[in-house]
Amino acid sequence: MEKHLHCKEFVDTISSYVDGELSEELCAELDKHLSECDNCRIVVNTLKKTIDIYHQQAEREKVPDDVKERLFYRLNIEQFRK
Amino acid sequence: MINEESEPLNLKKLQSGDTEELTKMVQQYSDPIYRVALRMLNDQAEAEDVLQETFIKALRSLENFEGRSNLSTWLYRIAVNESLMVIRKRKPEISIKQDDAGDEENEGISVSQIVDWCCLPESEFLTNETRGVLADAIQKLPENLRTVFILRDIEGLSIIETAQALELTETNVKTRLLRARMKLREELSVYFGERLTEY
Ligand SMILES: [Zn+2]
Repeated sequence: MEKHLHCKEFVDTISSYVDGELSEELCAELDKHLSECDNCRIVVNTLKKTIDIYHQQAEREKVPDDVKERLFYRLNIEQFRK
Repeated sequence: MINEESEPLNLKKLQSGDTEELTKMVQQYSDPIYRVALRMLNDQAEAEDVLQETFIKALRSLENFEGRSNLSTWLYRIAVNESLMVIRKRKPEISIKQDDAGDEENEGISVSQIVDWCCLPESEFLTNETRGVLADAIQKLPENLRTVFILRDIEGLSIIETAQALELTETNVKTRLLRARMKLREELSVYFGERLTEY
């Protein structure tokens, strides 16, 4: 009896799959499932894209200058000199 | 997402109150701390308060920092806790309850949106409208999932670092991460799926 990997099992491991944290064996099994299942392939791709978009958007984000100015003013780092 | 090229900080100098070193620490970490606070709260004024409180707390307690985790992990932890305190002070109806599903189970993961929107032009992902949608989707996450997603996927901490910053087990981080990611994927699929029909 061959154990067939189902979509439900795939979803349970999808996060670790995307992070590349699964054993080679399990990974190969999932790859095989992906090559045969359009739905799961779409889920993986859109999941990766979701993470990407959030990460990329944040990468370009800096503290506004006025916020930083007020931060240093409030901290008054000199007072922590021992 | 700490700038990799930034020089490592000297902990001894920091702990002895070396103003130059302390300034360097604030310079290096103010961007990530502000980003985390903004993602947690979606409010610029509150995020600014958290930014200030985080560094005030950090400067006051640097002496007691034992170096069991990275300095960055420690700072992230203070920022997350400060943000959670702000959320608790808000009116109860605004704050979202913790995710009810237990950490050990993957119950409640729904996959209803099967639309391949990856092929949309990159410019679609950079619009102000998209920015708002991303922010709203994060706000809909329960706090225990939001913190994990912000540290791991937005700031790029490892699973272990995220676990240390949030004082969770690695298994809990992974379980929450899966739920957070899948919820956000659903939300974005609804939005981008609609955008797709315009092409
Ligand atoms: Zn499948």
